[in-house]
Amino acid sequence: MALLQISEPGQSTAPHQHKLAVGIDLGTTNSLVASVRSGLSSVLIDDDGHALLPSVVRYMPDGSIDVGYNAQTAQSLDPINTIVSAKRFMGRGLKDIDVSQQPYKFVDSNEMLQIETRAGIKSPVEISAEILKTLKARAEKSLGGELVGAVITVPAYFDDAQRQATKDAARLAGLNVLRLLNEPTAAAVAYGLDTGVEGTYVIYDLGGGTFDISILKLSKGVFEVLATNGDSALGGDDFDRRIFCWILEQSKCKPVNAQDTRLLLTKAREAKEWLTDHATAQITSVLSTGEVINMTLATKQFNEFTQTLVAKTLSPTKKALRDAELTIEDIKGVVMVGGATRMPQIRLAVADFFKRTPLTNLDPDKVVALGAAIQANTLVGNKSDADLLLLDVIPLSLGLETMGGLVEKIIPRNSTLPIARAQEFTTFKDGQTAMSIHVLQGERELVTNCRSLARFELRGIPPMVAGAARIRVTFTVDADGLLSVSARETTTNIEANIVVKPSYGLSEEQILSMLKSSFSEAENDKNARLLAEAKVDAESLLAAIQAALEQDGGLLSSKEKQQIKAKMDALRANIGGNPRPHLADAIREATEALNTATEEFAAKRMDASVNRALAGKELNTLDI
Amino acid sequence: MNLNYFELFELKPAFDIDLAALENNYRKIQSESHPDRFVTATSAEKLASMQTATLANEAYQTLKKPTNRAKYLLELQGINALVDNNTNMPADFLMQQMEWREAVEGNATNLSGMHRLLRDIKHEAATLQETLADELDTKKAWQAAAETLRKLQFMDKLREEIARKLAILED
Repeated sequence: MALLQISEPGQSTAPHQHKLAVGIDLGTTNSLVASVRSGLSSVLIDDDGHALLPSVVRYMPDGSIDVGYNAQTAQSLDPINTIVSAKRFMGRGLKDIDVSQQPYKFVDSNEMLQIETRAGIKSPVEISAEILKTLKARAEKSLGGELVGAVITVPAYFDDAQRQATKDAARLAGLNVLRLLNEPTAAAVAYGLDTGVEGTYVIYDLGGGTFDISILKLSKGVFEVLATNGDSALGGDDFDRRIFCWILEQSKCKPVNAQDTRLLLTKAREAKEWLTDHATAQITSVLSTGEVINMTLATKQFNEFTQTLVAKTLSPTKKALRDAELTIEDIKGVVMVGGATRMPQIRLAVADFFKRTPLTNLDPDKVVALGAAIQANTLVGNKSDADLLLLDVIPLSLGLETMGGLVEKIIPRNSTLPIARAQEFTTFKDGQTAMSIHVLQGERELVTNCRSLARFELRGIPPMVAGAARIRVTFTVDADGLLSVSARETTTNIEANIVVKPSYGLSEEQILSMLKSSFSEAENDKNARLLAEAKVDAESLLAAIQAALEQDGGLLSSKEKQQIKAKMDALRANIGGNPRPHLADAIREATEALNTATEEFAAKRMDASVNRALAGKELNTLDI
Repeated sequence: MNLNYFELFELKPAFDIDLAALENNYRKIQSESHPDRFVTATSAEKLASMQTATLANEAYQTLKKPTNRAKYLLELQGINALVDNNTNMPADFLMQQMEWREAVEGNATNLSGMHRLLRDIKHEAATLQETLADELDTKKAWQAAAETLRKLQFMDKLREEIARKLAILED
């Protein structure tokens, strides 16, 4: 039975309600979900007491889907239908990865790669969505209600395609994404708030499949990322693979089948973990061919054949320091994040480079999820003192293709987000009404060496003589690190129509069809749900504007106030309207109209609050 | 807000500015306007947040870096100092440029040599910045400042080139 909430007449319970929000670390090998409860961030555990959820998805013969430990146990029995490390494939094409080391049946495509399973062809986005669904269910059960939203972490070095794929996966899982947060920044939040430190810190984050280095300045609750770098295809997995190769080399095995590959990779991972606290590891296994593997791996050998991997993390570290214009003397501490930083050779190399012992006091597996939960709690407004502020950067430069296959940079790497840059283009033929723009991400000069993000087709340019049209294209990167583009012909002020063809992402239609197939609800139910959602959104907009008018109505002339009130009345009339077909659409339209009518008011309020802050006056904490 | 960047941060327009005040006021503005503060707000509020936070970032980056700050100050005077056709630099500086470039090429494979060059360049840049402060803030000698700024911009480019070469050396 639902409990009734009783409030004072005229007072809503809403502002005091604790909103359920979580932080999710969607990892290459393991995923976690955390939430702030009674002021403390903690990882949510499953019914068996596990905090970690192995990021393994198995499509079962009976059509069901297994996620986590059971799937992990089955991976060497059913390697083709059991997908591990799907994160490595997010926003990636077939040519980006080494397929020879993977047991899957890849589907050839020019866009994001896909995997053929017994449940059909699956994209990495759908596979990741299964992991997120499992964590969402865990959180809702554990917290006892529906989630308002989630902060999902991504490697800082993820490009636009990888970020978009992560956001799409969350959408497929039915999660409202509050923010995509960079993993090292999340770790810094958990670490910084835990210890109250100030100064410049390095976060060295070596996960299962990705490596990030971020340099942050921590001061009074502000976490400012100065520079970030990394390798989105380097992690603990690669150390397993080196052991795997060593086993094959030493035992002089013939190339093994998919099942044995999986088996030996598991043995390799176990040996790696064992070597963290022991001088030697015993590797024993019986292959499907009957061959027996029995060998001993010593720390010294392991260190030797993984030396190049360790060195590969130091080169991005140097680059990040140089971008931040800092030297190791400026660094106050180095925080280790990610399960792979448990390896002693990593800790030694980092200590040697920075000439100081790295900080390992927080659990490297959990710190990212804990920080994400703190951010989620702040974003939904549960925390009244809004001291926490994260200023993050774009990890890789954005550029445009110019003549001769060269890339012209428009937004340089390590620019603080959000950022917008405008660029002017003109037509080169009389009467030209369309043009194409190719957006790339990366640091290299040639188009072929950068990652293609999208091709934009600008249409509806008014016909003019060559060179007369002035098309101003604005590239905006939001706080999630995601790019959007708008265009306008400036001499006529006509908005050009943009058709986006993402190079690796899913199109809107693909996502909608995936969403459709996951909801098998009846048409009637669907309409009722759409109507209910439209009403809730409209009511909350009305409440927000009512509150804003009461607080800052003085910023408006009486005429401006009247205009807003008219739109509010129109929306209220729609909400209270008799049930009819397309009522939900009418409410949505009236909501949109009210939103547009308040843009000027919102801008004035923003200016006023900025002025108050600069004048040093305290703000009413309730409105933040 | 139709303020110039100095007005936005409540600073007097000058080359020699109080960097701590700039940073402090930047953070205050971001505290009020950052999109993280408006995750559950109306779409009109999100738009206002995005516009102000973007402007604050752009303005902060412009005023924080000496080269950008000088360029912006000259722009406020109606002078575009860095246009490409404006390359009639004094002969002695062109000679010096060539020497710098030769030094960079000559040390391209020498890690300690590159680091030494980087230090020399930083030193040269600091001297140029002092000159700029004098020309912009005291003498109001805009054309002379534009010339000094072009020299400083050259040093910036040199520094970027060395960083690129160092990255290749270290890989």
